[in-house]
Amino acid sequence: MTEARQGTIVKVAGPVVVAKGMAGARMYDVVRVGKLNLIGEIVELHGDLTSIQVYEETTGIGPGEPVVDTEAPLSVELGPGLIESIYDGIQRPLNLLVEAEGEFMSRGSAMPGLDRDKKWRFIPTVSDDTQVGPGDIIGEVQETTLLKHRIMVPSGVSGKIQKIAEGDYTVTETIAVCTAEDGTETELKLMQECPVRSARPVTKRLPPNKILATGQRVIDAFFPVAKGGTACVPGPFGTGKTVVQHQLAKWVDAEIVVYVGCGERGNEMTDVLTEFPELKDPHTGEPLMKRSVLIANTSNMPVAAREASVYTGITIAEYFRDMGYTVALMADSTSRWAEAMREISTRLEEMPAEEGYPAYLAARIAAFYERAGRVQCIGSPQREAALSIIGAVSPPGGDLSDSVVQATLHVVKVFWSLLGRLAYQRHFPAIDWLTSYSFYKEYLRACFDDKDTGDEMEQMTIRAMGLLEQEAELLEIVRLVGAEALSPRDRLTLETSRSIREDFLHQNAFHKVDTFTSMEKQYEMLKTILHFETRALVAIDAGVETADIFKLPVREEIARAKYILQEETDKIPKIRDTIDEQTKQLQAPAVT
Amino acid sequence: MLSLKEYQTVTNISGPLMLVEMVDEAKYGHIVEIELGDGSIRHGQILQVENDKALVQVFEGTRGIDVNKSTVRFLTRPLELGLSADILGRVFSGLGEPKDDGPAIIPDKLRDINGNPINPHARNYPNEFIQTGISTIDGLNPLVRGQKLPVFSGSGLPHDQITAQLARQATVLGKGEEFAVVFAAMGITFESAQFFIDDLQQTGAIERAVMFVNLANDPAIERIATPRFALTAAEYLAYDLDMHVLVILNDMTNYCEALREISAARKEVPGRRGYPGYLYTDLATVYERAGRIKEKKGSITMVPVLTMPEDDKTHPVPDLTGYITEGQIILSRPLHRKAIAPPVDVLPSLSRLKDKGIGEGKTREDHADLYNQLYAAYAHGKEAQELATIMGEAALSEEDKKYMDFANKFEAQYVSQDYYENRTVEETLNLGWELLSMFENVELKRIDIKLIEKYMPKFRKTEKES
Repeated sequence: MTEARQGTIVKVAGPVVVAKGMAGARMYDVVRVGKLNLIGEIVELHGDLTSIQVYEETTGIGPGEPVVDTEAPLSVELGPGLIESIYDGIQRPLNLLVEAEGEFMSRGSAMPGLDRDKKWRFIPTVSDDTQVGPGDIIGEVQETTLLKHRIMVPSGVSGKIQKIAEGDYTVTETIAVCTAEDGTETELKLMQECPVRSARPVTKRLPPNKILATGQRVIDAFFPVAKGGTACVPGPFGTGKTVVQHQLAKWVDAEIVVYVGCGERGNEMTDVLTEFPELKDPHTGEPLMKRSVLIANTSNMPVAAREASVYTGITIAEYFRDMGYTVALMADSTSRWAEAMREISTRLEEMPAEEGYPAYLAARIAAFYERAGRVQCIGSPQREAALSIIGAVSPPGGDLSDSVVQATLHVVKVFWSLLGRLAYQRHFPAIDWLTSYSFYKEYLRACFDDKDTGDEMEQMTIRAMGLLEQEAELLEIVRLVGAEALSPRDRLTLETSRSIREDFLHQNAFHKVDTFTSMEKQYEMLKTILHFETRALVAIDAGVETADIFKLPVREEIARAKYILQEETDKIPKIRDTIDEQTKQLQAPAVT
Repeated sequence: MLSLKEYQTVTNISGPLMLVEMVDEAKYGHIVEIELGDGSIRHGQILQVENDKALVQVFEGTRGIDVNKSTVRFLTRPLELGLSADILGRVFSGLGEPKDDGPAIIPDKLRDINGNPINPHARNYPNEFIQTGISTIDGLNPLVRGQKLPVFSGSGLPHDQITAQLARQATVLGKGEEFAVVFAAMGITFESAQFFIDDLQQTGAIERAVMFVNLANDPAIERIATPRFALTAAEYLAYDLDMHVLVILNDMTNYCEALREISAARKEVPGRRGYPGYLYTDLATVYERAGRIKEKKGSITMVPVLTMPEDDKTHPVPDLTGYITEGQIILSRPLHRKAIAPPVDVLPSLSRLKDKGIGEGKTREDHADLYNQLYAAYAHGKEAQELATIMGEAALSEEDKKYMDFANKFEAQYVSQDYYENRTVEETLNLGWELLSMFENVELKRIDIKLIEKYMPKFRKTEKES
């Protein structure tokens, strides 16, 4: 092996270090900085000077210390062992670091992302002499009870498979040899490395065609996100961005969930860590942790690693997508990621654009979200997969004109706008139904096996949304002239929209039943609320006082429908029968 | 001990910054000692090193420093605090020097005041309810051990009284354990600091307290180090001495202003309102030091206080703080004017960790449903109040009137309490039920019907009668 290229530090300014004498260094290659061996990445080259963003705290580093070039870009290790892991922004396993170095993070530790000692049972799916190319699946490892980890040929490798055999292997042992036509042999392993900053290739991109069910009523029924789609959740602090993200990570209908805690609170990650192993996936009944990968670069951890964490996460997500799985990535919060970019940019003394953010901010955000999508994966057997991205945005003061929000809205197809006013009323999720939007609503009806039910659901959501729109206008009138001035029909509109808000949109994430609602139950609940309106209209036309209608005892049943167990969804249609009975009684008081 | 090289090569001084040239072996983040012509000593920290030039921020200010007579010594260590159990009951300056008449601390341990981030995997989730005796906190925004819950205040609002009450009354329910208090004063007045110290003295809590005091007339740049000294002391008490520590940082707005001063002197591109772009990251390195660690008995609970300029919650300091801390207690000027004390603005206040700290076995099973309902009803009542100011009470519907009536009673009985009144969580919860009893069951949509039947006073009465 040749002597590694080595330079000398000339300048240290926070997370940015400048070194000289590194001729031949390449952009975005990883370097080890100083006597403490801190990990850094080359971000700028100026003649003989090389600027490096350092992923660790630089206190104690000074001019004269060495910088060693590893001559490889920032990469992640991909292979069995990713699931159930918790990594920092540059894929160091946090659980193992606790054991090795204690409760506080120390510097310069180099621990591989995948466990080197653990043996995995590998079962080949191809035999010797099979001709393979990049992305071809050659075998499987049952990584967790929920996940078959498909082992793929890494990019750039093709040829004939030889010496493939079932057995127990560590991630670095050779499971097969691939002989190319020119005779070069490549040893295949369970693990492969992949640079994080460029997207993994696919055969073909496909438009989304299915809803990614989340069990959250306001999202699924009104502002759904598609498998392979993108969504963003901006809102001021305290409006529940993180709770929304956690709820999605818990209940989303995906086979793999990658959760990136980017510059957020340490305790939130602990919450995920303590909760996920206990929670059961509603689709499979297994602990949620068995399908999750966590990246935690909390706000007090080094800012450059925060910048990298989003890329680390998306690359891992793409890897699982390439196996043919439905993957969902949650990034909380992309604003912290953008701020990390800004901080590095400032230290590099780049010319700032808006609010001090670098001019390339919008391009980076767009490129990140564009890594989502429904795709036909590379390699054989032929398979389709989808990767959805849901990013939280934390605009300063909740101001949506913020650069990060605007750059994000430019690319994402779903916008869940969180409103401080709703949060103060403890209406959660505090998603504003008037300003949020989704481009994927047309796929909602395909969520139901029965076409008529699907069509009906679509019609109901349109009707409900119309009522909420009307409510906003009517409230305006009430504010001006008082509630007395409204016609009985308008009062009913107000009452029904209140019911939609309180009995349907409002959902308690901490209630063991209410936290997740199946599509069928959502259909039944909405149908019941609207059914009440229909019956009430008939009653009003028959001359019944609105006050009497609103006092009907069945309304309490409607309100408590959300607490009916998923398995007992068939109890909800019975509420509609009760509505019929009670409204009829009102209309015929003279007879009784 | 190694003799340190001395330099007399100060070339530039501007604001709080000083440039020293022809230096070798300067390290980023290390501290320097500056000896002035008259022999007095000041301290600084290296902000940037480039070749043989070191840029130093001077904590005590640069007044009186000249380029010719000053001698600079580069200490080969970051800023450190000497720690031992003797720090309890002591008062230190904002730079960690003893400020009372006591003896110097003979350190058991020396720690870098910047600390290291807690590995998220080593954290233990905060879920032990702290009873503060204040209804608006215990009932509606419960504080748990290891949480960071700031008080967003404004000039002229009684945050001093509230923090003092917290320090006096906070205890973990059922265990009766008392907190050790670490108090960091940053740029507050002598009166404010003395009020707090006197209060601790009266209750005897001073024996379990450590204070780092940087007053309004102390050097501003020193404030950047003060909370870090305090937290280093707190970490020592919590993780070495197994104590439960309550850290009060007062006032973080002054801290941020000091940070802005340095940033401006370095001619950095300013972010909002001139604060540096890295304010979020910097604040996080302070706030995130709160927490609990698995395998360790102690914990750090943090209550930072900040004054919102013009009571504006979107000002960068409260805004970024709110994004890092686990909730906020917001004080309201209108309530204060109505002589409702403590004037906690209930609606925008929030404790993010409440759900894990309350409920059966922690406080009481009805706690969560109850606060949801109180919030919803109070929010409705507040809206009605607003409506009434626009259109007059006569225009309100019967329902709105009822809710407005509720909101008024709620403020007068639930929010309002004496600064020396220590309500148990039981009392707070029952008070909530008492207030809700004016509504029909149907209206209490947020509460499980079984809980209503169990806890609503009118039902309990009939039980007794029967």
